[in-house]
Amino acid sequence: MSEAVSPAPVEHLPLRARLALYDLDGVTLLALPALLFVVALFIYPFAYGFVLSFHPKSGGWLANYSKFFSDPFLYETIEATFRLALPATVINVLVSVPVALRVRRMRNRRILTTILVIPITLGTVLIAEGLLIYLGPQGWFNRVLVMLGIGQVRLVHNYTGVMLSLILSGFPFTFLLTLSYLTGIDPSLEQAAATLGAKARARFVHILLPLLAQGLAINLCLSFVQTFSVFPSAVLLGAPAGATRVISIAAYQAAYEQYDSSMASAIAMIMGFCQLFVVVLILAGRSFVYRGAAGGGKG
Amino acid sequence: MAIAARDFRELRLDGMSRTFGVLNALKGVTLTVRRGEFIALLGPSGCGKSTALNCLAGLLTLSGGSVWLDKTRIDRLSPEDRGFGMVFQNYALFPHMSVRRNIGFGLAMQGRPKADIERKVNEALSIVRLTDQGDKLPGQLSGGQQQRVAIARAIVIEPPLVLMDEPLSNLDAKLRLEMRGEIRRIHELIGSATIYVTHDQEEALSLADRIVVMRAGEVRQVGAPEDLYLRPLHADVADFMGYRNQIRSRAVKAGNLVAISVGGASVQGTPVDATEGEVTVAIRPDDFKVAADGPIALTIESVQYHGREFYCSGRASDGNELYFQTETKVQKGDAVRLAAEPRRVLVYSRAAT
Repeated sequence: MSEAVSPAPVEHLPLRARLALYDLDGVTLLALPALLFVVALFIYPFAYGFVLSFHPKSGGWLANYSKFFSDPFLYETIEATFRLALPATVINVLVSVPVALRVRRMRNRRILTTILVIPITLGTVLIAEGLLIYLGPQGWFNRVLVMLGIGQVRLVHNYTGVMLSLILSGFPFTFLLTLSYLTGIDPSLEQAAATLGAKARARFVHILLPLLAQGLAINLCLSFVQTFSVFPSAVLLGAPAGATRVISIAAYQAAYEQYDSSMASAIAMIMGFCQLFVVVLILAGRSFVYRGAAGGGKG
Repeated sequence: MAIAARDFRELRLDGMSRTFGVLNALKGVTLTVRRGEFIALLGPSGCGKSTALNCLAGLLTLSGGSVWLDKTRIDRLSPEDRGFGMVFQNYALFPHMSVRRNIGFGLAMQGRPKADIERKVNEALSIVRLTDQGDKLPGQLSGGQQQRVAIARAIVIEPPLVLMDEPLSNLDAKLRLEMRGEIRRIHELIGSATIYVTHDQEEALSLADRIVVMRAGEVRQVGAPEDLYLRPLHADVADFMGYRNQIRSRAVKAGNLVAISVGGASVQGTPVDATEGEVTVAIRPDDFKVAADGPIALTIESVQYHGREFYCSGRASDGNELYFQTETKVQKGDAVRLAAEPRRVLVYSRAAT
């Protein structure tokens, strides 16, 4: 009995092999739990809130938005938030660069990094409480000032208090990100620039800064989004009814004081839009800078 | 306006040393390099050759000794004030700048006028034969082209001294041969002194006017390629120059030569620094001849085909493994007899190494 073995058509690969061509294999399944998480904890609530914001307690479907933009007590929170978030972000990113430049060359970098990371682990509430006591009218800082005859300075329950707290709690994060971008730049590039006659300043301007720009843009985005959603320190250290009445306070009040979750959702959407606007602006600016690898060789 | 190295007479290293903590990476290197000379620093990894180069470039400070360019002491100058050209092992091209801006960077740092830079960069591009690649980014070039850009960038500032740190180690074998010729041609064209770090003896032999063999932070021997090839002064230098057979033996003086035992047979050799006592005998594999009346009997254990010849290893009657080369086809298990000319058999005192 002779059975002709028909040659399998070349283009008819088994499903597994065809999927492998698109880099899909068993390991891909490991991404599923994360995907479920993103859908359940981000996409669904976001979509839910988005829809909810167009179903106000009373009035037409845009009533929440028109209410927000007609009431200065509400729309001025946008400006108040920007007035805090923008300077805090820019200060943190700008200060992180020289510090990271210095720390990069230190031998016991680990110790310093650990010290700087502590504020992250403490959380904003503890920092806020600490600052409240330390910088308060009876705190060490003001007592020393009084002792020196300078007199008391008001540093808490106002704009300054919140700003200080944002810088303190935001800096470690910004710094670590800058440091990792900076250490990613091949040190031989700077050495090459030096042998070609570039002084420290020129090396920074022509070599480090252009290669760092990409990382700094990402850093700006991340720390801006973080500071824009400031809440605990604005309440604890600021003037939550005045200068530091940020947008998250307005959303909180709508949700838990007026029990208007539709309005709260609308405020959250506006907040999200503000963040998105700045992030898109920064990322658009990014197209003007070099975006490739920061290595000097092949590969 | 051709690119020509800045004029100087000589570069003098005087006891140049560098320690890293307790490690003596460089133990008092003394050397004089004349303008136009091509010097190869040759040695195994960790011998201090790259440390020496970085010290010359100013990227590492010295922990002792001094470096002089004619009558100026330069070892305390920062790299940017030395004006030496350096070619890095990984090329270190600025990834965000075009090839032109990479090459022109050094000139721009000197504050040269734009037209001037433009002309010099064109000149450098044509020297390294990359005239039509000037507007690309380094990432768009092949390894060999990146290498050429790195060389162009180093020579365009017309440095008195060009330093090269294993520049060919990332290239494939064919390109390596091609770039070797290019490097020598460019060196002669601009007339600088070149100091070239490598661990490849063949590269050093073919490129350099003088080779400096280093080991453990020390200079072991300085000499012309032929001298090093034919008459290494120490057994370790011999080992590095391709004297793969290093046999322990006892020597007895026999007139101008010495009698030693190689593979159980009595052989005559040339004494380098020992005529009697415990010695190391060094023989290159290609200096062994397969001869029916050769004194050394060998059973072949492995054969590698190298194109024209076979590279073999075999076991001698005294148990020593010997390496030799032959053009006649041999096989594993064959018994052969080897002979070597006494002037090709070098005898070193074992105490000295």
